[in-house]
Amino acid sequence: MSSEAGQQHPLGIYYKIWILLFVLSSFSYAVDYFNVQGGMRWGLVLLFMVLKAGFIVAIFMHVVWERMALVLTILGPPIVLLLLIGLMTIEGNYTSGTRYQYMGHDPNAVALTPSDLHGGEHGEEGEHAEEEAH
Amino acid sequence: MSEAAISGAGTMPGSSTLVDDWSADKQAYHVPWGKAMMWIFLVSDTFIFTCFLTGYLHVRLTTTEPWPLQSEIFALSFGGDPIPLILIAIMTFILITSSGTMALAVNFGYRRDKAKTFWFMVATAAFGASFVGMQAFEWSKLILEEGVRPWGNPFGAPQFGSIFFMITGFHGLHVTAGVIYLLTVAFKVKKGHYDKKGYEIVEIAGLYWHFVDLVWVFIFAFFYLL
Repeated sequence: MSSEAGQQHPLGIYYKIWILLFVLSSFSYAVDYFNVQGGMRWGLVLLFMVLKAGFIVAIFMHVVWERMALVLTILGPPIVLLLLIGLMTIEGNYTSGTRYQYMGHDPNAVALTPSDLHGGEHGEEGEHAEEEAH
Repeated sequence: MSEAAISGAGTMPGSSTLVDDWSADKQAYHVPWGKAMMWIFLVSDTFIFTCFLTGYLHVRLTTTEPWPLQSEIFALSFGGDPIPLILIAIMTFILITSSGTMALAVNFGYRRDKAKTFWFMVATAAFGASFVGMQAFEWSKLILEEGVRPWGNPFGAPQFGSIFFMITGFHGLHVTAGVIYLLTVAFKVKKGHYDKKGYEIVEIAGLYWHFVDLVWVFIFAFFYLL
């Protein structure tokens, strides 16, 4: 247990977490595969992401067995990043709001997909011809 | 002024305690120094990747062009209909598998089982190399077939390309460096280089490798799924 002797734990816990990470990744992929959209997509993807990240850091990186001084050094500073993310979200929403309001872009425009573009031609040159066809 | 600095009782309040704290020869982290340094590097790397992802967040929020549909761009066809995001899913599973083999290598390292440690590290590096190979395939497909460039693409918001190349490129660079690092340590383990020093180095290399996997968890969620 103690750090001086190195991190030595039964193999069983690694196998269990390993399987759990596979299951959580499959769930994440299933969200995309079954085309879940909207708030449900965000909620599920973020939930599986946080669980996966948590298990990797806690078990595989042994943080759950480390002393408090090291744990706080690792997990403390990144909390500042949440502030940055929060501020940039507010700022970004404001900027996009003003752009839609004053620059006349269509907020409901839909992106093109590879199947829209590849009717037979490849690359950038085929772009305009394909766009007109749709 | 120099006298005040030496005596530590200068005019600036708190300077004496500052000198005391940094010269008291105290140990804060009861782990090998290499492990503490690796953790501090990883915390700084967390800041770099978070800055990239926050930049992506801001660009994605502010662009007035529609964001390209990742699910269809990264679809791959095995003969039949294209399966959405399949290549990225395979890459995710490969990286998780490599994290598992790395965890086992760390465990066998502390058991001083040199042969198993070596082979699990080599397996981890092999999975990492195949991950980079798939990324090279993905990049060449996007650049050559779809015409995605850092300054534009045929699908929608031109920022998609710059974000994609910057974030996955930087992550791929980390994986490549990790493969080299793991192989170096693995061959040193095999030669018995750590018999006297102890096997903490395997855990330290493991921390780096798990971090690379951890970053991919966030890239997978934010760039490919959302």
